[in-house]
Amino acid sequence: MPRLVRRPFFWIIALVIAAFVVAPSIGDNVELRESLILAALYITLASNINLMLGYAGYINFGSIVFFGLGGYICVWLVNAHAWPLSLSLLAAGICVSILALIFGLGILRLRGAFFALATIGVNEGVQAAVQNFTPWGGSSGMYLSPEIFQPLGGAGPALWVLYFLMVAVMGLSLYLSYAIKTSKFGLGLLAIGQNEDVAAILGVPTPLYKALVYSASAFLPAVAGGIYFLKSAFIQPSDAFDLTLSTEAIVIAMLGGQGTVTGVALGAYLYEELRGYLLTSETFANFQLVVAGVLLLLIVLFFPAGLMGWIYARFPRTQKVLE
Amino acid sequence: MLGIIASIIDGVLVGLVYGLAAMGLTLIWGVMNVINLTHGAMIVAGMFAVFLLVQALGITPYAALPPVLIGGFVVGILLYWIAVHRMIGRPPLMSLLSTFAVNLVLIGVGTAIWGTALFNIDVSMPGLSIGRYTFPGVHIVAAALAAVMACLLYLFLHYTRLGKAMRAVANNREAAELVGVPTTRVLALSVGIGVALAGVSGTLIATLFPFTLLSGDAYQLKSFLVTVLGGLGNPVGALMGGMALGLLEGLVTPFVPVSWTLVIEFALFVVVLIAFPAGVFAARRGAL
Repeated sequence: MPRLVRRPFFWIIALVIAAFVVAPSIGDNVELRESLILAALYITLASNINLMLGYAGYINFGSIVFFGLGGYICVWLVNAHAWPLSLSLLAAGICVSILALIFGLGILRLRGAFFALATIGVNEGVQAAVQNFTPWGGSSGMYLSPEIFQPLGGAGPALWVLYFLMVAVMGLSLYLSYAIKTSKFGLGLLAIGQNEDVAAILGVPTPLYKALVYSASAFLPAVAGGIYFLKSAFIQPSDAFDLTLSTEAIVIAMLGGQGTVTGVALGAYLYEELRGYLLTSETFANFQLVVAGVLLLLIVLFFPAGLMGWIYARFPRTQKVLE
Repeated sequence: MLGIIASIIDGVLVGLVYGLAAMGLTLIWGVMNVINLTHGAMIVAGMFAVFLLVQALGITPYAALPPVLIGGFVVGILLYWIAVHRMIGRPPLMSLLSTFAVNLVLIGVGTAIWGTALFNIDVSMPGLSIGRYTFPGVHIVAAALAAVMACLLYLFLHYTRLGKAMRAVANNREAAELVGVPTTRVLALSVGIGVALAGVSGTLIATLFPFTLLSGDAYQLKSFLVTVLGGLGNPVGALMGGMALGLLEGLVTPFVPVSWTLVIEFALFVVVLIAFPAGVFAARRGAL
């Protein structure tokens, strides 16, 4: 850790977090806060998907499962067992992470495309299971009573607390991406991403590393899911396992540049701006997924290195500072 | 007991159609190691094509099969040149992403036009009654058509020059290229055939069950399951996998609520992937 603190990139992340905290606080700007909480969510989901996609070269089409399950566990603990919010958020993260580890040890024996197939199935399977699970309200979901926000001083201040929590999760996601990238673990993952056979021969414990990163990429999205659904005080399967969100996270990671920390944050910001513009324009409001699809196709076909690839090529010196 | 047997037979009939759908997926994988994530969208495209044709021209759904076959082939060739051609020889991640992107576009445009309402095609077809049980006529016809189509594909792959070229490319692309097989054309052709099969199976499924624009996801998952049962890249295995899935569905339907079927299928999918990565029915890998 002290090694990381000495690098400039550590402080760049800190600046971004500070900006997220300070900007909406000036003048109690609720509109800006609502837009930034979404940006923070995008950055969280995209950086965690990037751990798999960018580092290990494994695509997880079902990453939304972490988000949805986290939301469900958290809402259920608060609702049915009256746990305090912070504890249930933490519990959601830990539960989902452990589930991901167990599950990952199984499916991550699969390589490449087979793994991608399994992740598509995970989402369908978990969603169908939750829909049939009566303690969680089945397909009609669960509501939270506004009373749960009493300890935080009512609904108004609670929204601010949840916003700051989301920003904290975003910051942790960025630091996690950065810490993993500069560690021996990260080196192993990058080796898997380049050539898994060679990595295995050189002594990288590939199934274990893949399961670990799968599990690590589950923790923060699960907490983010908890925050998100506490905020909306309502959870149902179609919202919790909405593939749009994980699709957008993939587009963001590819747009910014897979395998980079800065790129993902940049991509999330750009995508959020684009999306805001599209949603307000009459013609495009219904075509959000189409635009995401076209964007993804263009990136994959013509700019597989994304935005950071372009920046690195144009300004080679940035490679030393921006991860 | 008899009821269960009837349910199983009916399941196998439907399973033949799943097998046909999965053949489209497995053919593309076998020839170029690309997983076609537009598969579900193409199945849905077949469903809507037949729905619109029946509505506009008043023909029987089965008369819509040839146009869907040809249309699917053309769409598949287009798909190859747009999304797959540049991905050949790049990491599998890239072709997954590019076909996924095309899928997003197709589903997005479709939802904007038709919404996600439930559609239904009525086919009046006398059923076959044995004792107290009646097998729906549409199930029998769909299964027969699927079986015929699968046989045609088998004959094409094994007894025509082009089919042999496809198998050669699946076996070893460089070697095929060396002996003069126009590999790029063969690749485009196999995506064309694969998509055409998806479309046709969509047409057949539309005569069996009601559908929405988003039904593709469930059938894509079924196709994947069938494919891993039969071994990726193995069309004959796909047909057997399809029948196995149908058998399973027929077996569990009397005992388990319908909403759990997908969970069971998914659990089986993961178990098969882990326990038999080469497929349950696969004699050897790449047995195209």
